[in-house]
Order: sequence, then structure tokens, then C-alpha cells
Amino acid sequence: MSKLKKLTQQKLFLPVFCMLLVLCVNIVYDVAQGNEFYNFFKITITNDLLTGRIINILNRGSEVAILAIGMTLVVSASAGTDISVGSVMSLCASFCCMLVAGFGVSSVNSAEEFAMPLAVGLIGALLMGCLCGAFNGALVAYLNIQPMVATLILWSAARAIGLLLCNNLIVYIRVPEYGVFGGYIGPVPTPIIIAAVCVAIVSVVLKKTAMGMYIQSVGINKKASRIAGLNSKRIIFVCYLVCGLCAGIAGIVASSRITSADSNNIGLDMELDAILAVALGGNSLGGGRFNLAGSIIGAYTIQAITTTMLAMGVSTAVNPVFKAVIVIAIVAVQAPPVKAWFKKRAAAKAVVQKEVARV
Amino acid sequence: MEENIVLTARGISMTFPGVKALDNVDFTLRKGEIHALMGENGAGKSTLIKCLTGINDFEAGEIRVAGVDGPVKNHSTLDAQRVGISTVYQEVNLCPNLSVAENLYIGREPMTLFRTIDRRTMNKKADELVKRLDIKVDVTQNLENYSLAIQQMIAIARAVDMDCKVLILDEPTSSLDDSEVEKLFNMMLQLKKQGVGIVFVTHFLEQVYAVCDRITVLRNGTLVGEYPVSELPRVKLVAAMMGKDFDDLASIKPEGFTYDADSPLEIEARGLSHKGTIKPFDLDIHKGEVIGLTGLLGSGRSELARAIYGADKAQTGTLKVGGKPAKISQPIDAMNMGMGLLPDDRKAEGIIGDLSVRENIILALQAKRGMFKQLSRAKQEEIADRYIDLLQIKTASRETPIKQLSGGNQQKAILARWLATDPDFLILDEPTRGIDIGTKTEIQKLIIKLAAEGKSIMFISSEIEEMLRTCNRMAVLRDGAKVAELDGELTQERVMAAIAGGGKDE
Amino acid sequence: MSKQAEAIKERKQINGNTMLLLITILLFIALYAAGCVAYSSKGFTNLQTFLNLFRTNAGLICVACGMTCVMLTGGIDISVGSLVALDCMLLAYGMSEWQLSAPVMVALVLIIGVVFGLVQGYCVGYLQIQPFIVTMAGMFFARGMTAVISTNQLSITAEINQLFYDVANFRIYLPFGGTVNRAGKLIMPYIGIGVVIALVVLVVIFLVLRYTKFGRSLYAVGGSEQSAAMMGLDVKKTKLKAYVLSSFLCSIGGICYCMNTMSASVSQATGMEMDAISSAVIGGTLLTGGVGNVIGTLFGVLINGTISTIVQTNGKLASSWPNILTAALLCFFIVLQSIFAKLKEKNK
Repeated sequence: MSKLKKLTQQKLFLPVFCMLLVLCVNIVYDVAQGNEFYNFFKITITNDLLTGRIINILNRGSEVAILAIGMTLVVSASAGTDISVGSVMSLCASFCCMLVAGFGVSSVNSAEEFAMPLAVGLIGALLMGCLCGAFNGALVAYLNIQPMVATLILWSAARAIGLLLCNNLIVYIRVPEYGVFGGYIGPVPTPIIIAAVCVAIVSVVLKKTAMGMYIQSVGINKKASRIAGLNSKRIIFVCYLVCGLCAGIAGIVASSRITSADSNNIGLDMELDAILAVALGGNSLGGGRFNLAGSIIGAYTIQAITTTMLAMGVSTAVNPVFKAVIVIAIVAVQAPPVKAWFKKRAAAKAVVQKEVARV
Repeated sequence: MEENIVLTARGISMTFPGVKALDNVDFTLRKGEIHALMGENGAGKSTLIKCLTGINDFEAGEIRVAGVDGPVKNHSTLDAQRVGISTVYQEVNLCPNLSVAENLYIGREPMTLFRTIDRRTMNKKADELVKRLDIKVDVTQNLENYSLAIQQMIAIARAVDMDCKVLILDEPTSSLDDSEVEKLFNMMLQLKKQGVGIVFVTHFLEQVYAVCDRITVLRNGTLVGEYPVSELPRVKLVAAMMGKDFDDLASIKPEGFTYDADSPLEIEARGLSHKGTIKPFDLDIHKGEVIGLTGLLGSGRSELARAIYGADKAQTGTLKVGGKPAKISQPIDAMNMGMGLLPDDRKAEGIIGDLSVRENIILALQAKRGMFKQLSRAKQEEIADRYIDLLQIKTASRETPIKQLSGGNQQKAILARWLATDPDFLILDEPTRGIDIGTKTEIQKLIIKLAAEGKSIMFISSEIEEMLRTCNRMAVLRDGAKVAELDGELTQERVMAAIAGGGKDE
Repeated sequence: MSKQAEAIKERKQINGNTMLLLITILLFIALYAAGCVAYSSKGFTNLQTFLNLFRTNAGLICVACGMTCVMLTGGIDISVGSLVALDCMLLAYGMSEWQLSAPVMVALVLIIGVVFGLVQGYCVGYLQIQPFIVTMAGMFFARGMTAVISTNQLSITAEINQLFYDVANFRIYLPFGGTVNRAGKLIMPYIGIGVVIALVVLVVIFLVLRYTKFGRSLYAVGGSEQSAAMMGLDVKKTKLKAYVLSSFLCSIGGICYCMNTMSASVSQATGMEMDAISSAVIGGTLLTGGVGNVIGTLFGVLINGTISTIVQTNGKLASSWPNILTAALLCFFIVLQSIFAKLKEKNK
């Protein structure tokens, strides 16, 4: 009993447990289908490229994983979520394509060659991400607007601005180099590498600087942090900035995957995935202590769910139903009245046990 | 129950984890009297009130209310209201976005035949009610359009209209100006005439003597006594609140620990003020000195310290630190000038609950170094261990979340946070509140030791004897202004006379 | 007394909330006047153009009324757009595939609205989960369920359900304000059933908010939850009711919306939650709760509608402009609210 309790109190218990659950479902499904039970884990090399469901999940889950990094910081520092990330992704993708295709050329909705160096487009997209993040951050940190409401503005506007930048068209970039970020480097899918690099950079920054402690401190007690010498507002601002930057990176990956800027579909509903990843990672949506590794595992778990359901032949459009149920279940378990109820029950049980022992 | 008594509480006891908040306290309220409930922080005033109003469940004792057979045990403020006990807090518990009339009648609005609110009747009744109590308001206006004093009176009117027999006013005057206080007093006197028993909690002595008939004093959760106002002059009241018996701890002041006006200055404040909390003051603090700030709760002693530290940015005046002009707009500026502040509200402004003891200890030092110069983990652990050892912080490990520690140990950890930054000037606001006597002495000794090392300490406490034991000079505050500085031989009589002000002569 | 009365008067003048509403109404008039001046040749001055604002936005008016109620408690409901899509899909699919009659389907839609609201309200009120998270999950749930029913684009024609078709296309002509068309025929302006429903909803909610205990407790909870509880109101129940009301009105709105579009698809009414929220905010409803009313919200809807109409009438502007302009307006009003709140704090 106590061993089980110890296990459930592990930091990474929730994300790992969910991940294992999904894997089990896959194994059972494979066996039921008459495949080998390790079908899910099989990695093969076809046409010099790594393939397999695991690789697929890692590849497709990259955007959510990148977003989850920024979202984790935002949730921790401000006890709120940035719901604009999906839209900002789309805006950054559109901005990048617009730059690369040459502004104004986009009346022809495809570019055969770069009108501007690719680097300009990429840097432009990242700056655009930062700009959006700064906008959100300024509203939340300096004007004290509730995070969800502040980010609601870009949630609605960013995608529309992206559409505007591309003259309402899907801009195709038919240059092979553009597809690299969503394609392969050697046998390895590039998005996996990009996500890994992002995670590595952020982890190193968190490890080598006091950033992590600052963020958590502000998220737990803003007033006390200020008295202890932290600039609470600036820290919250920076978190939103990083979140915007992450959205920019994710936008580039998503756009490169389809070598185009499809404003209407890039990053659609991605914000829920990112928030869900954070929640699945065992982080409280009420701010404070965070666990980046958990969020990343959470992100891939979500992708695993999607991939699994696809493999089972469930339509992608139905996917949100399951995610919604999972979100509510996770948040409800963390809700104060439910927690209190569990505690009460545990206490009652303990009393009963004591009495039984006495008898 | 006697004829003219509306409320009695007998032998009320209540413990919070680790603290005996109330120990066998009696309280009696008569019909048509204004009864002051006095005591310093942690004396148990608010706990007693919460027991009366059903917010706290007391463990022992009983409460009886006139007109109710048998003991009363309230489980919510609503229960309390039903037996006739209403409370009006400093923070008005009304809805500012609704009209005055609605605030008076919400939850019991007059209805029309169609089960809709009869606004006309409601406004008429409300108007009659406020006229009867002589409150000059337009009842159809939103409550937020009126001053706090009026809002408070509306809250009282609501209580009165709900047939309350006992009206508890919890620090109602602390955010009111003089003319507003007067209006409130008129209303209280009027209610008194109508036979309502009023419990008046305040920390303004003048106000007690202006309206009250009787005073009950609590200290450290126990009853000191109940006195008619005429028999308890100010100085005696202060003595009763602060405790006059020295405890048997030996003197901890070393020889020659006296005020030295010639030692170099650490802090020179000229005309510092913060709107609404502390009036402009001048203050010099020397190196190696322990200066005590004294005065009753709400007199501005914390606020003075906060204005120097930049916790509440001073709006006027200049400040020199160590002889150099200092521009302080937020705490980190003050920290870079070598200051530290241990705030009085440990939970709200001190601890970062979910962070570990280690992180809480190194936080300020890290903030001072800047984000990019992170202390290595080994260094962090070394510092944490050193202070856990030095201050004997009782914790399961240095990685335990600080919220799991007892109050005293939390306080020590916050103290360690500041000691780790090696400050030249350390402000300690109520460092000994709510902690056991042994720890108190340790902290007092530590203060003296730090001063001996040449650091300047500003020490704020509600307990006068501990200040007498540790300070070599004292500044006295009253009603948001610095009124006196005492040096030389510090005695209880001198300090109390200064705190109480000219009351005897008036 | 006179001095005090003066002080009251002065305070009333700088009351930020009244000011916000005033700004909104002026903004609407200015926008519409600008449209009239710029596009008078394209029929912008016709009464019918004005009525069309109501016709196309009938659903949104209902939805925004519900949103206002929820926002008064300090909450938010972003599930509304998806719920409207689900309603439309249910109506279309039910009438075409299940061959059920229109009244049955309408009743079903309304019941689903109430159940949906009950679940959301329970999570927010009794489980104390953040409204945003709850309704966001609700939003994805409803959208997903829409896809579960059908991923096709369905349309409701007279063959599918004569009754629904007739009701939806029923025109109520006004006895005045007619225009002569090119053929020289006098055409009287008209409204549809949807507009009538929307206006009835508007009036009912206005009265409920002003004259019932429930309406006032919405304001009380939004003004100060703690005070409301101290004064003996059931905060949890009030919140539950608010979400039920929102989802119910949303279902009514969905029916109006469906009568206007006569079609259903998974991607229908995306972003409607945004329109509803921005309408309420532009109409002077505070995001922190406690302040606002449906009259302001109506003007918010009309402003949104006018922007779309202007963009459409222009014909050259990209279709994403309304979205951007609405968001910009929303941003403007949110910042304005925040500034007013800060000023209020300072005055104290």
C-alpha cells in the first residue's frame, strides 16, 4: 500500500503512467489484430529513412512538444495559459512564407524560388513569434489582465492577420530547401531534431541559470518574490516571450512539413494539445512548481493517442472528444473539492482500520 | 442569563496547530453598551470574534445569546446572523457593483405578485432605513460611488435591519479619516441607545476612550481582564495589552551596548512618506545599532520600514545609505544598497511555500547576484546547510518544501535568507511573532550579535519587553507619524507613555 | 447635504462603466454613419440593410446574451461556437437522416443545451475548476461530437423538412421604410422569425437580469464572491445556473443560426465564441464580472455586424479583416477596462 503511494507521488508518475497506458492499448490492439505484439515498437529503415510508429509519433508530436515548453513556463509563472499559440504558429508560418515568396508576389500562390534568403524568412518568423509573445506578456504582466483573456485577442486575430499577409491564399514554396525543417536530415526526421534541440537549450538554460527558480518563485508567491528582490513582472513577461518564440519555431516546422502556409489549418486546436501536455505532465494549472520533462512526455503521449486512434481507424475529427474528456478528468482530479473528498475518505478509512485493529 | 446581558462566552479555548490561540477566555456583552476588545497581534481578538461568528469551531467553552435557550454553536456567519450576531469587517463584505438598496436587501428582496423584485418597495424601505439611521445616501446609487465610511455604515444598517442584538465591528475605522470616524461614532451611539450591544475592535486608543463603555483586554490568547473605561487610563491599558511582567530571562545585552550618537551613519532618511500609510519622517540609523520601532498596530511602524526598503515606494523625501544618495524604486534596489527586509506577514510576503528550504534560503542572495550567475548546487547546499545548522532550523531535509515547517522554523529560514545576503542594514518586522519562547530568545541574541558585528538592525515588535531587551534606541510612532525618539535609559514607563501619547492630559 | 449631492453627481460623471457603454453606442453610430456615407450607392442607407444586421446576427444575439450572463459572474464560456455547430448538425442530420419532425429536433437540441450547461456548470460551480478550462474542453467535445454525427456538409432543403424550411423563410414585412427597386416595384423591408426570437430573448434576459433574484445574484457573485456568500447567496448554484442558461441560450441561438444558414458542417460557427465575447466586452461587460447588461451586448453585436457588412459591401477587402478589426476593438476595450480599473483603485 505504502509502496503504491510512494510510486503515485513520484514527480513523473502521471505522464509516464499515461504513456504506458497508451502503449498497452496499442499492444493489445496489435495482438487483437493478429500482429506481433511489438509491432508498435518496430523501427525499420525504408528508403534510407527511419520509419515505424514510434518514429512517427516522435515526428508528428514535435510541434506540440515545442509548444509545451513555452506553455509550461507560462503556466508556472502566471497561473494562466496562453491560448494564442496555435494562431501565432499559423501567423509565423504565413509570415515566413510571405517573406520567402516575396511580398506581393503571393498573388501567384506558389513560389518556385526564394525571393529572399531563407534565413530572412526564418528569422522573420521567429521575431514575429517573439512580438506576439511580447504583446501577450505586456498585457498580462504590466496591465494585469487575466492571461486567458489577454491571449484571446491574438487567438482570434493572429490567424486572420496571417491570412491577410498571404492574400487569403495558401502560399506554396516549391523549393526543396524549405521542406527540410519538416523533412529529414539523413535518416532522422528533422522535427525530432529541432524539438530535441529546443528542449536541450531550454533545459540547459534552466539548469545553468536561476531562471527556473525565479519562474517558480514568482508563480508561487508574487509578493514574496518581489520582497526577495525578483522583478516579478519582467519574469512573467519573459515567459510569454519565450512561449511566443516556441510558437514561432513550431510554426516553421508545421509550415515546412507541408511546404506551404495554410493559415486556416496550421496550428489549429494546437493550444489545447499544448495545455493538455502541460496538465498531463503532472503540472498544476494553478502555477508554481513545474516539470518540463513531464510536459514533453505529455506532449508525445497526446500524439501517441492521436496516432493510435488513427491506426484504429477513428476519424481525426473525433479526436477532440477524447482529448476533452481527458482534460476534464485530469483537472477534476486536481480540483480542491475532489481532493478534499479523497482526503476525507482516506481519513475515514484510516479510522475504520484503526478500529478493526483494535478489535 | 441576567436581564441586561445579550451575550456571554465562557471558557472559550481553541488551538491552531502548534499554537494555543485562545485559552479559557470569558467575554460578556451587555445590552446597549459599546465594548472595546483590545490586544496586540496574536492576542486572540480575531480568533475570539471568529468563534462568536461561526467561522472558527472552538474546542471548549460555551456561548449564550439572549433570547436563545441553551448554548449557541454557530457553523457559519449565516447561523450567527440568525441568532442575532452580525459582523462588519474592515474589508466591507458587500457588493460594490450593486445599488445601496440591493446591498441592504439582497437575499430577502420584497417580491411582486409575479415573483420579480419589487424595486420600488425595496428602494422605499431602504430609504426609510438609511434615514432612520441618519445616513445620507441615495439608495439607488451603486455602493462603489460612496466612501468606505458610508459603505461601512450601509453594512451596519444591513445588520441592524436583520434584527441583530450583537454587532461586532472589526477594525472599522482603520481606513477612515477623522470626519468619517465621527459619523460612524454617531451611528454607534445611536444604536447603543436602541439597545444593541456593540463589540468594537480597534487599535486606536483615542477612539476607545471616545465611545466605549468597557474594555476587555486579551494577551497571548488569555484574558487579562475586563474593565470599565473610567478605571483604566491609557498607560494602564497599554501595559495590560503589552504585558508588564518581565519574564525571567536574563539580560542579554552586553556591557556598553548603548546608543552612540557619534558612530557613522548607515541610513539617513529625510521626509520619506508613502501616501495613506506613513507621513513624512526623518530618521538616522547608525552603524552597529539596534533601533526599535514601536507604537501600536497600525501606527505605521511596518509602513515606515517598507518605505525605506522600497517595498512600498516612498513618494517623497530622500534617502542616503552609507553616506551615498540612494534611489530606491523596488526592493532589489534596496538590496543592492545592502538592505534586507523580513516582512511581518510571513505567509503572504515571506515564504515561497512550495519551494524547498534550500531554495527559500538562497533566493535573495541569488536575486542579488542576478539570474545568470547561478550559485552552483554545491554552493547552494553548503549555504543552506550552514544556516540550517547555525539557526537550528528543524526540517526533515533541506529539500523539504518550506510550507511543511512550523512557523518558527519558517521564520528562521527567512531570516537565513537575509543573513545569506550579508546585509549592512536589516529590517526585522515582527520576527518573533507566533514562535515559541526559546526561539524568540535565540533571535534576540542573534540581533545583538549582528549589531556587535557592525550591522545596523531595525527591529519591530509588538512586545515591548523584548524590544527593551534588544534595542539601544527607539523610535515611537502614532497614527502614521513618527512622534518621538528615545535613547539613553529605556524603561517601560517611558516607552509606554510615548506610545500612549498625551492621553492623560487631555 | 447639497455638498454631498454634488459629490455624488461628480462621481457619477466619471463612472467608467457608463462611459464604456456610451463609447460603444457612439462607436456604433459613427461606424454605421461612416458606412452610410461611403456606401450609400450600394444600398447601405436602406432600412433593409440595417434589419439584415439583425437577420444575420440573430443567433449571435442569443449566444451573446448567454455569454453576458456567464461573464457577469466573472466566468467565460468559450464552448458556444462549437455548441452552435453541434446544434446545426443535429438539426440537419436529424431531419434528413433520422426523418424526425422539426419540433422534436428543436426540443432535442434545447435539451442537449441544458444538459451540456449542467455538466459545465457543475464543473465550474461545484468542482471549482477554472471556467476557461472547462468550457475549452466543452468546446472540443462539442466540435468532436459534431464530427461524430457527420463530417459532411449538410443542407436543409424544403424536401427534407417542409415545416422547418417554411418557418425559416417566413418573412415578416414591416409596414414602412420600403424601397423601390430597379423594376419600379415597392419592396417592403422584412425580418425573419429568428430576429423575433432573438429580440424576445434579449428582452427576457434584460428583465431577468434586472428584476429577478437570480439576475441580481449573478451581479452579486461577480461583484464579490465572498461578499455574496457572506450575505447568504448560494454562489455555487448561481454559477451552475449561469452556465445552464448560457448553453440553453446558445441552443436557441444555434436554431436561429441554422434558420439563417440552412446548412451544417463541422467547421461551422468557428470563432463564434470570440464574436460573442467581444460583443459583450465591447458592450461594457467587465471581464472581471459584476458589470454589464444585454443592451450593451446588443450594441456590441451590431458593431461586429456593421464591420462585417462594411467589409462585405466594399468587396475588395480581404475576408479576414472583420476578425482582425474585432480583435483590435476587443483589445482596445480590454485595455480601456484595465485602465479604468486602475484609476478607480487610485481614487481610493
